[in-house]
Parts: sequence; structure tokens; C-alpha cells
Amino acid sequence: MNIQTTRRICQIFFFVLFLWFCVVTTLGEQWWQLRGWPVNWVIQLDPLVGLATLLSTGTVFAGLLWGLATIVLTILLGRFFCGWLCPFGAIHQFVGFLARRKRPLAEKIKLNRYNDLQSIKYWILIFLLTVSALELAIDLIRLPATHSLLFTILVLGFLIWIILGAVRKTGMNPKKTAFLFLIFIGVWLLSSALLSGSKTSTASVQIGLLDPISLVYRSINLVILPLFDRTSISVSMTPRAYAGTGLIAAIFLSAVLLNLAVPRFYCRYLCPAGALFGVLSRFAIWRIGKTRNECTDCHLCERNCEGACSPASQIRINECILCMNCLKECSHHLMTYQTAPSASGEILSPDLSRRQFLASAVSGAAAIPMLRISGHLDGNWDSALVRPPGALPEKAFLSRCIKCGQCMRICPTNVIHPAGIQGGLEGLWTPVLNFRMGTSGCQYHCIACGNLCPTAAIRPLSINERLGKNRYAEKGPVKIGTAFVDRGRCLPWAMGRPCIVCQENCPVSPKAIQTREVFNTVHTGSNLIVAKGDPLFIEFQDAIPAMKSFATGDHYVMLLPPENHLPRRILSTWERGLRVAGEHPFETPPLSGTRVDIQIRLQQPWVDPKQCIGCGICEHECPVPGKRAIRVTADNESRAPEHALLLKG
Amino acid sequence: MRHLKNSRLTRRQFLDRMAKAGISISVACAAGFWFHDSKGPSASSHKEANLFQFDFSIDGLGQKMSIVRGADRVATLRMALKSLGGVETFIKKGDRVLLKVNAAFASPAMLSATTHPSIITEMARLCFQAGAASVVVMDNPINDPASCFTLTGIEDAARSAGAQVLLPRDDLFTPMTVKDAKLIKNWPILYKPFADITKVIGMAPLKDHHRSGASMTMKNWYGLLGGRRNIFHQDIHGIIMELAKMIKPTFVILDGTTTMMTNGPTGGSLSDLKNTHTMIVSTDQVAADAFGASLLGKSLDQLPFIGKAQAVGLGTADYMKLNPAMGSVEEPPVEHR
Repeated sequence: MNIQTTRRICQIFFFVLFLWFCVVTTLGEQWWQLRGWPVNWVIQLDPLVGLATLLSTGTVFAGLLWGLATIVLTILLGRFFCGWLCPFGAIHQFVGFLARRKRPLAEKIKLNRYNDLQSIKYWILIFLLTVSALELAIDLIRLPATHSLLFTILVLGFLIWIILGAVRKTGMNPKKTAFLFLIFIGVWLLSSALLSGSKTSTASVQIGLLDPISLVYRSINLVILPLFDRTSISVSMTPRAYAGTGLIAAIFLSAVLLNLAVPRFYCRYLCPAGALFGVLSRFAIWRIGKTRNECTDCHLCERNCEGACSPASQIRINECILCMNCLKECSHHLMTYQTAPSASGEILSPDLSRRQFLASAVSGAAAIPMLRISGHLDGNWDSALVRPPGALPEKAFLSRCIKCGQCMRICPTNVIHPAGIQGGLEGLWTPVLNFRMGTSGCQYHCIACGNLCPTAAIRPLSINERLGKNRYAEKGPVKIGTAFVDRGRCLPWAMGRPCIVCQENCPVSPKAIQTREVFNTVHTGSNLIVAKGDPLFIEFQDAIPAMKSFATGDHYVMLLPPENHLPRRILSTWERGLRVAGEHPFETPPLSGTRVDIQIRLQQPWVDPKQCIGCGICEHECPVPGKRAIRVTADNESRAPEHALLLKG
Repeated sequence: MRHLKNSRLTRRQFLDRMAKAGISISVACAAGFWFHDSKGPSASSHKEANLFQFDFSIDGLGQKMSIVRGADRVATLRMALKSLGGVETFIKKGDRVLLKVNAAFASPAMLSATTHPSIITEMARLCFQAGAASVVVMDNPINDPASCFTLTGIEDAARSAGAQVLLPRDDLFTPMTVKDAKLIKNWPILYKPFADITKVIGMAPLKDHHRSGASMTMKNWYGLLGGRRNIFHQDIHGIIMELAKMIKPTFVILDGTTTMMTNGPTGGSLSDLKNTHTMIVSTDQVAADAFGASLLGKSLDQLPFIGKAQAVGLGTADYMKLNPAMGSVEEPPVEHR
């Protein structure tokens, strides 16, 4: 078995494994549904996720440590992840292979020629990592203000180094070094003073926008699998629907279709993870190269070169994704995977000028502070942004969420959806609850999303913590929002119709939705005047056509004037009369000539915000079809004290 | 970039590369394990409460009160202070004084929704006269702070006497907890400006208030709260009591020269106002408010915060117990003779 076949088997294995993990991430009774598979494994193997969240939070969460294995292997072997493991890469390679299969040899070689613009992916990587690292960088800049002792030690250490350099007469120019050093310290102190008063958090992770694993998980979970749900091979309990997936689909489709024009377009030009591996492969112990420089320059080795890394001339190690195709193509068996550098020389560093580096870093540093001028994390927060239970406070949440869509896939009720820009541009595709969609609101006893989230943007809750039981009793249940009754749309409030579906479905005990009982007089179109009465029956003087519609059990009869009587429930009617329930018979039978009203008993719902947890089951069940008459907003969510609605205590 | 004419790798080159790879791997592994977090973030950790209680009262002075009738604010204020032994009783040389005014609304002084500028100038002047090193005028208003201080005339008034105006910038607030409080817990308080203050004078206009019944000297401390403080209106009497508990001022001034009888606390029309021609200076804010209630024509039972404050020992509602010095500047005052 040659090396390409091994590679293909490996790619297929990981692609199928990845697909399998996506498919099984759903609740149900079938053997293929969630049964403890490590469904996050492929995400965890992606070190870019671990690195970006390490920069933004200072921690590597649980399974993200797997990324370390990838890093170690990449340092030893080169970009094996791209060529052998990445499921998105496998898709690109396959589509690219189909697209150029019949093309002439010269064109194939031309397609795989290295292009200067392949360095764009390094710009993207630097941009995205600077976004993640900004908070950390600001903390460092503030060092003189926050840790003055440490700063002094650093300065003194450097001074001693300069003095030693001057005394020992090394090549260093002590005057120049001292001058530069003074300027550096001056700028540092100034920036520290400038930023010392700033309390705004700038931590954010945007790696998920273009990270290949987040992207492919999101696309498969939210776009591709729902397509299959609508065929006979349904892969979810109920056909999945996700709000606003158009953009996700468009990006996925473009990335895949671009392979028709340029093989592995995404990997070569855009992929930030590939760029990271490119940087890491610099010291690779083994690398692709020629054994001898004497070569016919046939460029056959570049015919199927996936990385466009110029193996025929000076090979670009940071672009080589170890597809190993050149090993087979070279008819002189010059290409090999070895510890020695290529006989034709090699290029180890990305093609990146200092200016490009700075431009990417500066734009990355500016991006989040500029976006946050909109105030969407402060006064201008959108209360429609109801996050899943266990979601961290918004700033901490945004410094972890990689928009992979795992929570949206696992959510048994399909209530979690990718956000549009209601949480600001930086909140794009982060999880938000949409109670009109799915099978029910956020289930009272469910903690699936937080226990799946690979980065703990939604932290893993226990059932007890979610429900506020046992040792969480004092804190109370996790609230994700509060329901508000829209009295203008509510049937019992606005339209004189009984309903209270919301109250019935409220899962908390005592119920967060309470009702007020009122009796509304119903317009009958006639004067109701008693002809004959006995303790249970009333017969009217005239036939009343509407009378047949009052035997609902919700209608009551009221002798007038109302202040002297109780409303009595109507059990049955006929055109000229009615029978009341035996529980309250008339003490004295109504006299002939007594006037009578028909009333309807209404229970009008109201919300006790102290009890409401914002699960939205009421909103989901509300029979008002369009804009619901009871709706949940994020007001009073536990994760944000500044969104408190009620006074505590 | 490295050019090699032959693919022979020298031992030195190989060891060099191995060393670099080894170092990279070690650094990555060290970082990975050092920063590894197997549990994930916990619920927002309970912050250690910053307990505090301001006490700017003067030891051994006891509770004193003065009530002076008259239409001229400046004259009645002077007389009220004089009857308590003069401003020197309270302000010593070198004191750094904070005047907590009511600058809540961006409306002109004549509408009496805010502390009148003339008594701010006078109070600052008297403080400096008594040797105060500095006087700061401060509030966290409801309307836009800069507009409030400008339109009420408070800024000009303070400046003209050499006092400093402090607008409530975000960085001046700290989450604080009042001892034994139910409501003021980890709540942003305009705390930092108090750092080097030695005396605090509360200066409140006398106003009707739709939610609490009246806005007087105790309610005036609401302007030290930050954050989304209006949540406290769900328990207005409780919060006013806690505010009085939060701070023991050197003394308070309740300006009942022109009282806002209706439509409070904003007012907005001269027809909301009534001349009640009274200036109250008191070291007991409960007593000052209890007297103020009488000018508003309200009983103490209509203003439960007064009873609550008295019940927890913050002062007495029976102001006559303090044996208040009564005076009037309709008769020619002594010092003008």
C-alpha cells in the first residue's frame, strides 16, 4: 500500500468519523443517536480553537488540550492535519480532484503553482489571533500601572544587561541601545497611563468565523444535516430548522465550489488553522524534499500538489500539507520525506512582510473596540438575545464561543439558533433561543448544550444547579429571561376568550404564570327576561338564537342587578332557557320579569418575575400564531446582574 | 530562507533543528498543561463585599437642629448656622469638605427641583472662611450630569466660591455594601471622591415625591448611587432608610424657602411651588425630614421612611426633643445691626 492510499484512508476515516459525530449529536431512542461518543473530538484536535481561547481567557478548557497533540505532531511532522485529518480539507481535496481530473497536465501544473496571495491566510490568522489576544496585550501594556514592582524588575534587569554589554564590549552599541530602551520604556509608560483608566473588556474570539473545523461543523450541523432531515434518511428526531442559515450555507457552498477554479482554494488562501500549522512546521524534523538537486525540471511533482508549495524548486515547507502526491509523481524518485532539507533548497517562513504583519495585527486590535462602540454589550444590549442556560456573562461568553453550532445540533427541542447581528456583528452565529421555532421551549430538566459546548461558553451545569436545588437552593434556578404578557394580543385580556395555555404549560412550581379571574358580560343580541325559574332552570320570555353557544362551561348566568347575585355556571341551554350547575342553585327561584346577563369567565394571565426562569415554553405554546401574546426577553437573566428586573431580598 | 546545494544534513544542523523543535514542543506542552482548566468557569463567583459606612459626624457634638424663618436663603442659612455655634463648630482648618447637593434635573433654579445655587455659594464661602482646604460639590443626577450642573446654576455657584465641581464619571464608582443592608449590596457607589474628604454636608431642597411622598435630606443620598439604581423604587422606603444608614453627615441643610408641593420630584411649573420660608440645619437627618414633612403638609405616617429610619436608631422623628434653635430673619438679624 503506497503512502497516498494510506493518506486517503486516513482522510476518509476522519471525514466519516466527523460526519458520524455530527449525526449522532442528537437525542433519541435509536442506536445511532447520542450514546456517549466523543463528538467534540475533531474540534478539540484543532489547536487553533485551543490557542484562540487560551489567548482570550487564559485557560485551555478540558478536551481542548487535545490540540496540544496536534501541535506536537505538527512540529515533528509538518502540516499533517491539513492533508490527513481535516474533514474540510478532505472535502476540498475531493471536489478539487473531481474538477481537474480531465484537465491537461500543463494546466494542472499551472493550477498548483505557488501564488503570492497564499499569504492572505497568515494575515487572517494574525488578525483573528490579535482579536483574541487584545485583552491580554492591554493587560501587559498596563503592567507599569498594575504590577509596578514587576515592571521595575524588568527595567532594572534590562539596564543591567545594557551595562554588562557596555562593560564587556560586545558588539552592541550601548548608547544606541540605551536610547532605544528609553524610548521603549517611555512609550510603554505613556500607553500604560493612557489605558489605566479603561475598564472595558475587549476579550473576544472570532476564530470561529473562518476556522475550518468550526466552519465545517457549523455548516454540516445547521445546513447539510437539516437537508437530509427532509428526505427519508432523517438524521434528527424532528426535521431541523435553523433561523438565518443563508449566509452559513452561502459561505460553505462558495468555499467548496471555489475548488472548481483553484484546488484547495480555502486551504491555500484563507484557512487560519492552515496558517498556524504553516508557522508550526518551521522546525519539522521530517519534511518533503528532493534527494538530489539534479532534476529534469519536468514539474510533474506539482501535477497534484495540494498545497501549491513548489516542490520542484525551493519547496515552501509552510505551505506543504503532506499530501505526498509528489512522491509518486516524480518519475525519477527524487522526492522523499526525510530529515534533510530539500536538495533544491527550502523556504521555511511564510511570505509575510513586516508591514503586512503590522497591518493585520493593528486591524485585529482595532476590530473589537471599534465594534463595541455601538454599546451592544452595555446600554444598547438587545433583550431579544436570550442565551442558553449556563451561557457565561456576555463578554466572557464572546471570549469563548467559536460558533461551531454543537449546542444548536444537540438541543433536543431545536430552540437554539444561530444569531444574526442582534448581539452585534461579533455575535454572529452565536447561540440564541428562538421560542417560536422547535418542538417546545427550553426544556426544564435539560442541560445538554452546556455539557456539550467544547469551549464552555455555555458552561456545564448540573441538573441541580439549573433547577436551583440542594446546594443551589439559595441561589435559585438559572434564569435565562422573563416572560412578558402582551395584553393587547392575549385572548383573555384583549378578546374576551378563555385560553391560559401559557399558565398550564409553565413548568415551574409554584407556577410563574398566575391568573386573575374576571367575568365579562357577553353581548347576546337580545334582552334576556325570565319567564319562569326554579332552583336550577331559567326559561326566558323569548327564544334567544344565541343561547345554544353558551353551554361551553365557561359561560355564566347573572341575575341583575349584579351586586345582589353570584354568577352561576351554565351547564346546558336550549333556545328558550338554560340550566345552571348544581353547585350554586338559585336560593330563591328567579321571578318572572327578572333581567339576566350572560357572562364569560376569563382567567387573565400575569407573570410573577420572581418565579419565571424564561424557558419560553409559554411563548412556544401560545396559540396566537404570529407574534405571540406572551414573549420571553433576556430581562432578569441570572448571568447578568445588570439585567436584573427585581430587587433582591 | 535557506539554500543548500546538497541534501546532506550536517549533524550540527540536525541537532540545531531538533533542539528548536524540542524547545517549541516543551513550550507548547508547558503552556498547555499550565493553563489547562478541566472544570471550566464557575458561576460568577461571589465577590467579597466591600463593607462600608460613612461617618462624618463630629464626636461629642450631639444632635443639634436649627429652624429659621425668612425669605432670604442666604440670611436664613447664616442665622441657622450661627445659632448652632457658627460654621466653625463643624468645619475646622484644613478640612476637605464635600457638599452633596441635589442636582437631579436639568432645570433652572427657580423651579426649585434642585439645590438653590445661592446657598451653595454661601455654604462653600463659609467653609473656606472657617479654614477649609477644599470644597467639592458633587451629585449623580438623573438627567445628563453636565447639563444638570450647568442649567441649575450649581456649577457657576460652586466655582464662584472657589469650590470644585465633580461630575460622576464611571471610574469614580465602586461596588460597595452597606453593613447589615438588604438593598445596598455590591452596588456601585460614588465612593472614590470620599477618599480624602473629612466633612460632608447634605444640601437638599424640600420637595414632594410621588413614589416616596417626599424628597428631603435622606432621599438626597440617592445621588450617591450608581448603576441601574431605579430598581430600588420597588422598595423606596427601604432604600431611603438604608441611604441614611449608609452615611452620617457632618450636618444637613433642608431648604424649605420655596417648597415643591406637587408634581414632585421634577415639578416644572411655578404653580407647583409654595413659599414656606424656612431653612433647617440639623445634625440629625431624621429630625430634619420630620420637620420638612410638616412644611409639605404631610403626616409622618404618610412618609414611612422616617419611621423606619428612627426605628433603626438613625435619628429622631420627634424633632422637638432636639430642642431646636428657632429664629427668624424677618426681624433685623443681630449681625446686620
